[in-house]
Amino acid sequence: MKLFKRHNNVLPGFGITLGFTIFYLSVIVLIPLSALVFRTMGLTWGEFISTVTAPRVMASYKVTFGAALIAALINAVFGVLVAWVLVRYKFPGRKIVDALVDLPFALPTAVAGITLATIYSSNGWVGRYLEPLGIKIAFTPLGITLAMTFIGLPFVVRTVQPVIEEIEVELEEAAVCLGANRWQTLTRVIFPMLFPSILTGFALSFARGVGEYGSIIFIAGNMPMVSEITPLLIITKLEQFDYRGATAIACVMLLISFLMLLVVNLLQKWSRRYAD
Amino acid sequence: MTTPKIKLCAAEKHYSSPQGEDVIALAPVNLEIAKGEFVCLVGPSGCGKTTLINLMAGFEKTTAGTVTIDGRPVKGTDPDHIMIFQDYGLYPWRTVLGNVLFALEAKGLKKKEAVEKATEYIELVGLTKFTESFPHQLSGGMKQRVAIARALAVEPSVLFLDEPFGALDAFTRMYLQDELLRLWQEKRPTVVFVTHDLEEAVYLGGRVVLMAPGPGRVQKVIDIRLPWPRERTGDSLGKYRRELFEEFHLVHQQASGEAEYVI
Ligand SMILES: Nc1ncnc2c1ncn2[C@@H]1O[C@H](COP(=O)(O)OP(=O)(O)OP(=O)(O)O)[C@@H](O)[C@H]1O
Ligand SMILES: [Mg+2]
Repeated sequence: MKLFKRHNNVLPGFGITLGFTIFYLSVIVLIPLSALVFRTMGLTWGEFISTVTAPRVMASYKVTFGAALIAALINAVFGVLVAWVLVRYKFPGRKIVDALVDLPFALPTAVAGITLATIYSSNGWVGRYLEPLGIKIAFTPLGITLAMTFIGLPFVVRTVQPVIEEIEVELEEAAVCLGANRWQTLTRVIFPMLFPSILTGFALSFARGVGEYGSIIFIAGNMPMVSEITPLLIITKLEQFDYRGATAIACVMLLISFLMLLVVNLLQKWSRRYAD
Repeated sequence: MTTPKIKLCAAEKHYSSPQGEDVIALAPVNLEIAKGEFVCLVGPSGCGKTTLINLMAGFEKTTAGTVTIDGRPVKGTDPDHIMIFQDYGLYPWRTVLGNVLFALEAKGLKKKEAVEKATEYIELVGLTKFTESFPHQLSGGMKQRVAIARALAVEPSVLFLDEPFGALDAFTRMYLQDELLRLWQEKRPTVVFVTHDLEEAVYLGGRVVLMAPGPGRVQKVIDIRLPWPRERTGDSLGKYRRELFEEFHLVHQQASGEAEYVI
């Protein structure tokens, strides 16, 4: 944290930088968002509530946020593992795997969606072996989670990877030397060092999952009440020229996302409390 | 002499350079260190001090020869032989107490017992007031004292220190030297202390092992037959200091003579 404060001083001064930050955030983020809120003003409070709490809409929140949460959790575990392997082990093809991680970033989301749908549909490469086991992926919330996991993976890997690279070996050596076994070294030395970055990766992956549209609609099946995500619901409303309804739901999404990210941020602050 | 605590028999260490050449970091070394002894390793940069202490502490394996502690070959690190690093190796997310507790928890001590013991050692290094502070709130000297408390709390029979006071100012350094001597006299572990400061070596060591570079080797071992605490400016210490400086001068001449060829 000290480092941060010192860095600040390099810029002209607190007043100017804060002013610029607020101006910039306003133009890029706040003004468009407030336009969204203004749009919903056309609705009365009662209309607003009934629009955003309609059963179909409620079900879509559950699917969207639930799947995004699970996907982000999965990524937080396996993304860290991938990052660890990429940093700590030298194996043939490492560069290729490293490049593969970014693929979900680069791929047009529709392409990703179609690919996933073909692979996991009941007669696809993978889906056909899972179907007899009673596991259906395509056209279920499971498929949505899968798609969100796919697109969210790079966020965790790319935020955690540089932190693993920077770990001071000395801290690990000290742990081993002081008699900690591997598990203790992992949980008490390495994990605390990685935790803030894992949280960041988790939040990014979660946010991306919530906002994702293109890659999900192909695999989701979009059955109302079961596998319909909120962004799709918004698009549907727009197509029916129900702009107010669409923005109302968008506002709720915005609010929930904001609250969840706020919680993550607070958690992160807490995890770095020792540095203040 | 009874059986030595630490014994090196023709222990040597080679590395291969990035170009694939064989680099002799340490030519065969024979050395015996008795139980409870305070030995200082000194020498110019690159003479293999760190390599030698790493071999003893189990961070590195010998290329040839053997290192034994208590008659058993050193195969890896051991909580009974603890290393203290120059930049402390403290965990920034743990308080002073948390840092000292670390090894005690790893050892499987009960919480209450561990806290009692940690508190005792924090007191021993005079940091009771800072028990709940985080490392970044401490000065360099205080951090090193935490590292020492953390190491001593495990009650190791051997303490390795690799230039532990290298990053500290002269005052703190002198203060910690005396602290270390006091703790050593109280607990009597075997201490192996690496430094490139001749003054420090003569002041602390019961024996001073002077090393020389190109290839890294032991040049001379000087017994300092003076009781502790020693007088820094005393004549008796001056005699040993002169002897060491003369030897060091020789080593230094050799080193600079070879510098051309090294580059
Ligand atoms: N991992 C390594 N790979 C290759 N060469 C090494 C390695 N570690 C040390 N060396 C070489 O071994 C020699 C001795 O190094 P060492 O670190 O033991 O010296 P030192 O006496 O501790 O020096 P200093 O006082 O600067 O810490 C050096 O010439 C160094 O280049
Ligand atoms: Mg060294």
